[in-house]
Amino acid sequence: MDTQIILIGLAGVLASSAPIVFATIGETFAERSGVINLSLNGTILLTAMAGFAVAVTTNSLFLGFLAGAFIGGLVALIVAFSSITLKQSQVAVGFILALTCRDLAYYLGNPFMGLQGPRVPSLPIPGLADIPIIGVIFFQQDVLVYASFLLIIVSYVFIFKTRPGLMLQGIGEKPATAFVRGANVNRMRYFYTVLGGMLAGLAGPMFSLSVKAGWKGTISGLDGFGWIALALTIFGGWNPLRAAFGAYLFGLLQWLGLVLQPSLPNIPSQVLQVAPFPLMILTLLLVNIGNAEWVDRTLAALPEKTRKGLANVLRALRTSPPASLGVPFENE
Amino acid sequence: MKVELIHIHKHFGAVHANNDINLTVESGKIQGILGENGAGKSTLMKILSGYIQADSGEIRLDGTPVKISSPSDAIRMGIGMLHQDPLDFPPMRVVDNLLIGQDGGLFPNRREVVRAFNELQSQFGFSIDPYAYVDTLTVGERQQLEILRLLWLGARVLILDEPTTGISASQKEKLFETLRKLAAQGMSVIFVSHKLEDVEFLCDRIAVFRKGELVGEVDPPYVTDELVKLMFGRVISLEEKRRYETCDVSFHLDHVTIEDYRLQIRDINLTVSCGEVIGLAGMEGSGQVQFLRTCAGLIRPVAGEINLGGRRLTGKPYRAFLEAGIAYVPASRMEEGLIPGLSLTEHFILAEEQNGFFINFDKALATTRQRIEDFNIKGTPVSTVESLSGGNQQRALLAMLRQPVNLLLLEHPTRGLDIESAIWIWGKLKERCKQGTSIIFTSADLEEILQYSDRILVFYGGKVSPPLDAESTTVEQLGQLIGGKGF
Repeated sequence: MDTQIILIGLAGVLASSAPIVFATIGETFAERSGVINLSLNGTILLTAMAGFAVAVTTNSLFLGFLAGAFIGGLVALIVAFSSITLKQSQVAVGFILALTCRDLAYYLGNPFMGLQGPRVPSLPIPGLADIPIIGVIFFQQDVLVYASFLLIIVSYVFIFKTRPGLMLQGIGEKPATAFVRGANVNRMRYFYTVLGGMLAGLAGPMFSLSVKAGWKGTISGLDGFGWIALALTIFGGWNPLRAAFGAYLFGLLQWLGLVLQPSLPNIPSQVLQVAPFPLMILTLLLVNIGNAEWVDRTLAALPEKTRKGLANVLRALRTSPPASLGVPFENE
Repeated sequence: MKVELIHIHKHFGAVHANNDINLTVESGKIQGILGENGAGKSTLMKILSGYIQADSGEIRLDGTPVKISSPSDAIRMGIGMLHQDPLDFPPMRVVDNLLIGQDGGLFPNRREVVRAFNELQSQFGFSIDPYAYVDTLTVGERQQLEILRLLWLGARVLILDEPTTGISASQKEKLFETLRKLAAQGMSVIFVSHKLEDVEFLCDRIAVFRKGELVGEVDPPYVTDELVKLMFGRVISLEEKRRYETCDVSFHLDHVTIEDYRLQIRDINLTVSCGEVIGLAGMEGSGQVQFLRTCAGLIRPVAGEINLGGRRLTGKPYRAFLEAGIAYVPASRMEEGLIPGLSLTEHFILAEEQNGFFINFDKALATTRQRIEDFNIKGTPVSTVESLSGGNQQRALLAMLRQPVNLLLLEHPTRGLDIESAIWIWGKLKERCKQGTSIIFTSADLEEILQYSDRILVFYGGKVSPPLDAESTTVEQLGQLIGGKGF
C-alpha cells in the first residue's frame, strides 16, 4: 500500500471519529455533573435526520447544525427535568428516549430519504496543510474536524484546570460537599446535562452533513454510534483526552478492518467488521486493570521497587466513576 | 467572634429537635456541647452553619442579628463547620479540594495555593502532602485539611461535630493543641461531642443537651457524675470488670504472616481461650484490620497456621470460617454489615439458616419482634436499616449474629455511640463470653480497650506486641506503645 493512501486513511479516521468525539465529550460533561444521559443513540439519529432536513430545506448548513444542537439540548432537558426535578430513574427515562427518538427519526425522516443535501466543504489550512505527513493527516480536513480537536483540548483544560471545572467534578463526586462550598448543585446539573446534550446533538448533523452525508433512513448506518459513545465515556474514565483516544482507536480499528479485508481472504468479512468492538473493549479493559484485586495480589509478590513503580502507573491509569453518578441530590 | 443563639426552635415532623435554645459563646473560648446521640446538638450546629434554618429564633454575631441561609453564607460571615464525616472530595487531590468553591479567576494558580497551604499548615505542625489524593489520608488528616481550609477562608468561629470519632490518640492530642492555639488567637471554638472525657479535658465551658433541650451549662472544675446525670437524667456507672474463661484453648494462630501490598505483619503467635476478650490497639492502619480479616478468613495469610478448637482452618474459604463459628462485624455498618433499603425483618431472614424455598413471613416477623425486644432496638420490623440511628444499627448487627458463635471479631464495636449504648452493647457481648465465645476487637478508644479486654495486642506499622495483661497496663503505657516506643 502506498504511503499516500495510508495517510489519507488516517485522515479519514480522524474525520469519521469527530462526531463520536463530540458525543462522548458531551456525555462526559453530563456524567461528570452526576447525570447519565442514556438517550445518546436516539439523539444522534434524530439530530442527524433533523439537521439534514433543515439544511436541505433552508439550504443553510449553519441552521442544520443549530437544529441539531437545539434538539439535542431539548432531549437532554427532558432527561434533566425527569431526573433532577421529578427524581425519576435516569436510566429508564434515558433508555425510553433512546428508543423513541430513533423511531421518531425514521418516521419523520421519510420525506427526506435519499435527497441530495449540502455538505460541509473541506478547508485545508494554508501553510499547515503543506507540511509533509502531518499536513495530510491533520490539516486537510473540514471545519468540524478542527472543531473536534479544539473541543478535546478546551474541555480537558476546562474540567481539570479551571475553577468551574473543579466544581463540576465536585458536584458529580459529592454534591453535599459542593453545596456547602456554595454551588447550586441542581442548577449546575441542568446546565451541564443540556450542554452535553447540545454537543451530542451536533454529532448527528456531523454525520448527515459530512461524514456519511445524506439521510437514508434505517440504512443510514448511524444506529449504534450513541451506545459506542456511552461506552467510550466510561472507558475513557470521564476524561476528554482518554475518551478521544478511545474514539480514535475505535475509528482506527474499523478502518483497519476495511483495509485488511482484501489481504485476509480466509477470514469472513463479518469478523473484520465486528472485530473493532471486542478489540476496543479489551484494550480499554487493560487500561483499567488496576481496579482488580488480583492485580494487587500479583503485585504484592514482586520485589519492592518494581512493585511501587508499577503500582504508581496503575494508580495513574485507574479511573472511577463520579461517586454520585445517577444519584439525585437533596439538601435536607 | 461572639456568637449568640437566642430562642432557637426547630421541628422535624413531630420531633421537637431544638426547643427554645439559648446559648452564648464568647470569643477566645472553647465551648463544649455535650449530649447523647439524638439530643439535638447537631441540629443546632447545622442551624448555626446555615445547613438548615431554624423555625424561629435569632442568631447574633458580635451583637449584630444575622440571617444565615446557606453554608456558603455562613462561611462568608466567618462561621466554619467541620462535619463528622469530613465534607471533602475523596478521589481528588488535596490542592483541588482547597480550590473548589474558592472565589477567583478562571485559571487557579495551583503553585500559589500550595505555597500558602504549606505556610498555613506549618503554623500548626501539620504535614499533609498537597498533591496527595484525599482518599489516601487518614480521617485525622482529612480533619486537619478541613480545619486549614476553613481558616484559609477566614473562619472566626469553628464548629467541630464529633471530631474525635475515628482518629488516633496522637491525632487527637494534636487536634486539641490546635484548637487551644486557635482559641488563644481569639477564635470561638464550638466542640460537639458525646465523649465526656474529651469535653471535660478540652472545654472552657460545657452546655449539656438532652432530648432537644439545653438542660444546663457547667463551668470547670467538672464533676463527671454531675455531667452524666445532666446528659442522661440519671446516673450510669461502668460495670465491674469481669473475666470469663471457661476452657483452655479455643483459637490458635501459629507463626502467621499477613501481606498486603501496603503492609506486612510477620510471625504472629496467639492463643485465645474461650470467653477471653482480646483488644487490638494501635493507630489506624497499623495492621489491626488486616489481622481481624485474617482471623475472619477474608484475607489468606501467606504463612502460618490457623486453628479453631483443634480444627485446621488455614487456607480454607470464608464459608468454612463461618461454619466453624467465627463471626466478623466490620466497622462500616452500612457498607459491609447491613443492606440499605432492606427492613429489619428481611435482614433477619437473610441471616437465619434457610429452610425451604419460600419465606415463612409470620415466623420471620415473630423472630424479628423477639430480637427487637431482646436487643432493645428502637425500630419496627418494617423499618429499613438506614432509618435507624447508629446505635440501633449496631444492635441490629449484633442481633443478627448466629447462635452460638465461637469467635467474635469486632471492628470498632462502639464507634460513634453514646456511653449508654456502648455500655449496653458490651453487656450483651460479655453475656456471650459467659457462654464461651471469645472476642477480638479493635478500638481507637484506649479506655474501652483497657476496660473490656483481658489481654491487649498493640500494633505499630505492621509489628505486633506480645499480649499484654490488661489489668497491669495503664493508658500511658499503651499510648507509648501505640506511638512506637518499645518496639
